[in-house]
Amino acid sequence: MNRALSAIFRRLVIVVPYAWLLVFFLVPFFIVFKISLSQTAIAMPPYVPTFGLAEGWSALFGRLGELSFENYVWLFGDPLYVNAYLSSVWIAGVSTALTLAVGYPIAYGMARAPSSVRPLLLMLVILPFWTSFLIRVYAWIGILKPEGLLNQFLFFLGVIDQPLIILNTTTAIYIGIVYSYLPFMVLPLYATLEKMDYSLIEAAGDLGCPPLTAFWKITFPLSLPGVLAGCMLVFIPAVGEFVIPDLLGGPRTLMIGKTLWTEFFNNRDWPVASAVAVILLIILVVPIVFFQRAQARAQEAGR
Amino acid sequence: MESLGSTRRSFAPWADPKAKPYIQIENVTKRFGDFTAVDDLTLTIYEREFFALLGASGCGKSTLLRMLGGFETPSAGRILLDGQDLRGIPPYKRPVNMMFQSYALFPHMSVEANIAFGLKQEGMPRGQIAERVVQMLKLVKLEQFAARKPHQLSGGQRQRVALARSLAKRPKVLLLDEPLGALDKKLREETQFELMDLQHELGLTFVVVTHDQEEAMTMADRIAIMEKGNVLQVATPPEIYEAPNSRFVADFVGSINMFEGKLREKGSRGSRIVRPDGLALSADAPADAVVGDMVWMAVRPEKMKVSGARPDNAVNSMEGEVWDIAYLGDMTIYYVKLDDGTIVKASTVNSLRKIGDELTWHDRAWVSFAPDAAVVLAR
Repeated sequence: MNRALSAIFRRLVIVVPYAWLLVFFLVPFFIVFKISLSQTAIAMPPYVPTFGLAEGWSALFGRLGELSFENYVWLFGDPLYVNAYLSSVWIAGVSTALTLAVGYPIAYGMARAPSSVRPLLLMLVILPFWTSFLIRVYAWIGILKPEGLLNQFLFFLGVIDQPLIILNTTTAIYIGIVYSYLPFMVLPLYATLEKMDYSLIEAAGDLGCPPLTAFWKITFPLSLPGVLAGCMLVFIPAVGEFVIPDLLGGPRTLMIGKTLWTEFFNNRDWPVASAVAVILLIILVVPIVFFQRAQARAQEAGR
Repeated sequence: MESLGSTRRSFAPWADPKAKPYIQIENVTKRFGDFTAVDDLTLTIYEREFFALLGASGCGKSTLLRMLGGFETPSAGRILLDGQDLRGIPPYKRPVNMMFQSYALFPHMSVEANIAFGLKQEGMPRGQIAERVVQMLKLVKLEQFAARKPHQLSGGQRQRVALARSLAKRPKVLLLDEPLGALDKKLREETQFELMDLQHELGLTFVVVTHDQEEAMTMADRIAIMEKGNVLQVATPPEIYEAPNSRFVADFVGSINMFEGKLREKGSRGSRIVRPDGLALSADAPADAVVGDMVWMAVRPEKMKVSGARPDNAVNSMEGEVWDIAYLGDMTIYYVKLDDGTIVKASTVNSLRKIGDELTWHDRAWVSFAPDAAVVLAR
């Protein structure tokens, strides 16, 4: 009796996350996917065909034939979309590399700090989350604009005599992404670096490794799971990022998040917008699967 | 591997005033904030010696070892290796290697790569590295495990990899921090002898830190007993056991019975003390104290005799009651409670087969020891 009950519970425990995924991920995905196969129309909702049981089952099946991959063909035919994808991946990739370069020393310093100050440092990393993301990005406009704080400060120092044009350039997007996603990089890095056995570094030193060599041969390879986790946590949302390129990048930046927005709200072309979203998802799923496998391998090796 | 035997017996450079010291630790102090881990410590270790630092945890033995390895810097004093002052020389430039207590094997590298690590760092040619790695693997009998990762090995195998890795560079001195601490008892005993053979075969100087007195007694040429950052006694295992210089050393190594009393006589014929209950005890050993001082006469349990009747000619005999008996198979330990409440531990080797004993719980019993069985300790 008890065993049967516990078996049921064990299944329930597995069912809950799968049910969650099904309801909140898979079903919406199929709705979006279906829309992407439809045609735009001046209607409510703004596409055809729509499926309903009002006209009976046979009519419903009849309309299946109206679905087509036309929008996908259109997407790949227009260089605008291909370029937007490529430039999004490029911007996200560069930002991820920059975030890693900034985040690694921070995480390393935190992990090596006396254990009494570590909670405080951790707090400071998380602290920006207490303010709205939107407000923090807005604040950067005030800093980066030609008459902004940064330029005023540089004028004051006498470093420049012409204002630096940063706002509405790709540089501003990099700054925005690095700033916004830094905690997502620092936290997983800190977690791996913090639990690393320091005697390994001592052993490397003992065997003739100067500190810098020991870092590249021991610390860095052993922190790779953290590096990967951090990079994924930055790269994946950065590819589809909309707010930062919209506010800081200006009208000329080409990122897929903005394209998506334009299709949905300016052109009211839901089917094309949905197709853009589906392709974006596929672009992101590939690195996620790669990441999962790398993590599984790391776990295997770490045992 | 051949056994060591007689060659070792004659090895005693510390007794030779002309012998050149190899490691000189001179008035070394190490402070961590308010805490003094090592306190004005002076010690000399000779080449090819197997030297053990023995003490309870927190006595400063590991700190001393880490200073030899270069992982800690002395707050005062200096350390010389083969005449060279080691101050300011970082670990990666010292001709010593350390085997870490946790082994500190690199988890992302195979056994082979772990062993080759130090050699690669040295810039040794590839062919030579491969040769040396094979040689080291053979030495620790891990030839079949070359390609494994550390997590695929047992505790004993990991210990061997750590040993091979620290020996691969042929260091002048090998420092071992609790090398057998993580092994189970049986494996530990086997490994003790392997370590000794290895040290002998390679002709290296070993400095080992341990809290296990049996381990130190088995392996070391000399033992330094440490307490609170100080060395209390440095001597060969038999000297430490038979001629401890203080109550702490006597009590720390093995077990011992202490009889407190006032020193009544001392001289060439030995010493004589009188216990508070008026009983006199005498020993052949000299006393390093003034007549009239309180001293301790210390006798090891195996040197105590226990009998059911008053022994005929025993000089030092005391009467009591059998309080407890521990039968261990190879020997029996009697705990005899004297009339003044002192509990005396006496062990007898069961050299004959016998089941059932003439002495049992609550019997009257006499414990006695010969005058040459005791030492007199003044501190």
